[in-house]
Amino acid sequence: MLKKAVGFYEHFERKDGSKSKATHYCAGCGHGIIHKLIAEAVAEYGLQDDTVFVSPVGCGAFCYYYFDCGNVAAGHGRASAVATGLSRSLPGKVVIAYQGDGDLGAIGFNNAFQAANRGEKFVCFFVNNAIYGMTGGQMAPTTLPDQKTATTPYGRDVRKDGYPLKVCEVFNQLEAPIFIERVSVADTKRILKAKKAIRKAIEIQKEGKGYAFVEILSPCPTNMKVSAVAAAQFTIDAMEKTYPLGNFRDRSAEATPPARHDMAVKALDELVVASSAEQVDAGSFTEKEFKFCGFGGQGILSLGLVLAHAGNDTGRNVSWFPSYGPEQRGGTASCSVVLSGGEIGSPTVDKPDVLVAMNQPSLEKFAPTVKDGGVIIYDAQIPVEFELPKNVTVYAFPAAQIATEKGVPKAANTALLGALIALDLIGLPEDAVLTALKDSFAAKPKLIPKNMEIVETAKGWMKAHR
Amino acid sequence: MGCNKYGGESHPHIIIDECKGCGRCIEACPKDCLRFAEKMNGKGYIPAEYIGKGCTGCGICFYNCPEPYAIEVYKKDKE
Repeated sequence: MLKKAVGFYEHFERKDGSKSKATHYCAGCGHGIIHKLIAEAVAEYGLQDDTVFVSPVGCGAFCYYYFDCGNVAAGHGRASAVATGLSRSLPGKVVIAYQGDGDLGAIGFNNAFQAANRGEKFVCFFVNNAIYGMTGGQMAPTTLPDQKTATTPYGRDVRKDGYPLKVCEVFNQLEAPIFIERVSVADTKRILKAKKAIRKAIEIQKEGKGYAFVEILSPCPTNMKVSAVAAAQFTIDAMEKTYPLGNFRDRSAEATPPARHDMAVKALDELVVASSAEQVDAGSFTEKEFKFCGFGGQGILSLGLVLAHAGNDTGRNVSWFPSYGPEQRGGTASCSVVLSGGEIGSPTVDKPDVLVAMNQPSLEKFAPTVKDGGVIIYDAQIPVEFELPKNVTVYAFPAAQIATEKGVPKAANTALLGALIALDLIGLPEDAVLTALKDSFAAKPKLIPKNMEIVETAKGWMKAHR
Repeated sequence: MGCNKYGGESHPHIIIDECKGCGRCIEACPKDCLRFAEKMNGKGYIPAEYIGKGCTGCGICFYNCPEPYAIEVYKKDKE
């Protein structure tokens, strides 16, 4: 009989090529022991082909060198977020997030915490060595009180640096996690307990029951500047005082796999409008660039969207690119729309063919950018206290007035659409534009007749005054 | 199974060039049958070695070893 490592690649080709059999970890590092336990559990449950392992940033960044299963490397602190995405998009698969105390406890704490709070179906292995390993022994969130590190040379002062972050205890306040345990790999007895907890956490994933969290106290001899054996002793003597070992929670017996409401394909189709229209030949449709601007709440973005949808429905390439401040209402907003027969290089519009402005500051800002021979339409109520460019056609159009007279002051954007149609500036069949307008009110069909009326009135005004 | 050197008895097989000499296995062995070797290995570490007798095949050294491929444990076949 034979005891040997399972669940790893036979050679670590991603590390040093086809001969490599050694890890990149320092002598006596706890990562290797933890790797062995995880790889063994995954292999012994027969899950290697059904597992995705998410590597963190930190010393564990190269986990994908070793584990013979699916691998993804996450950005710093994002392993739990990446694991959430994988878990949701790969139902029935086992997802493992592996994170250190800097990755999970500092930059990625909220990602990990929220994933735990949502009860995402994956297991998070949290390796706590009370120090930043990869970057050279700085204080970590988990550094012990009075512990000396590169950045706390006189020891961690809790009055200044705060207290060690007890992640298991914090997560144990949440409703959703199924399993929470803190273990250690400092000696044989503890390693065997760790092995059991890791197997249990993997088993919970195999059965699809929900979120499992295993914190593993792990020695870092290099940054503790002691031998491997002394570093292991430090995790027992010092770390366990702050981080007591034990199971915090095991609800696996009563837990049932969570019911996830998969996003319906139909819903996605409604969100992302894909055109079934035949592509229009590049030569037969000249590219048109529009800029719509005003303040947030005037329907600037919606107006642009109607044009983009109309173009999409009639086989043009389109882009719609909004730009707005953090305010829903009151800030300035603009959107750039490009309609093209060919490919669109950039969705930004620096020199529009047509500028539609609904307030003064944006008219003043964008009017000088309009192409020679282009068109500016602005609301007639805007006071123009500056010179408009000479080589463009300018229309002061009573959009707000028309909308107000029709009893819907907020529909000034619809009136502007009517003006664009009347001047034939869009270059698309009128019925396609009107269909797109109607579609934009799909959620409020009552508003459709009034908006069509506003379009007609606007068209009539523009034809009489052009 | 296992290497003839130990006549089918339980023993650890230390892959000398994969050992980083951390000493965790030596510390952990309940039978004190591991020690540091006299010569360094190709990587420049002083590896662990088996004293040649006393192994029960418990596998404790394997689990304490942080390297996946530095140590294997052969256990005596049950008759």
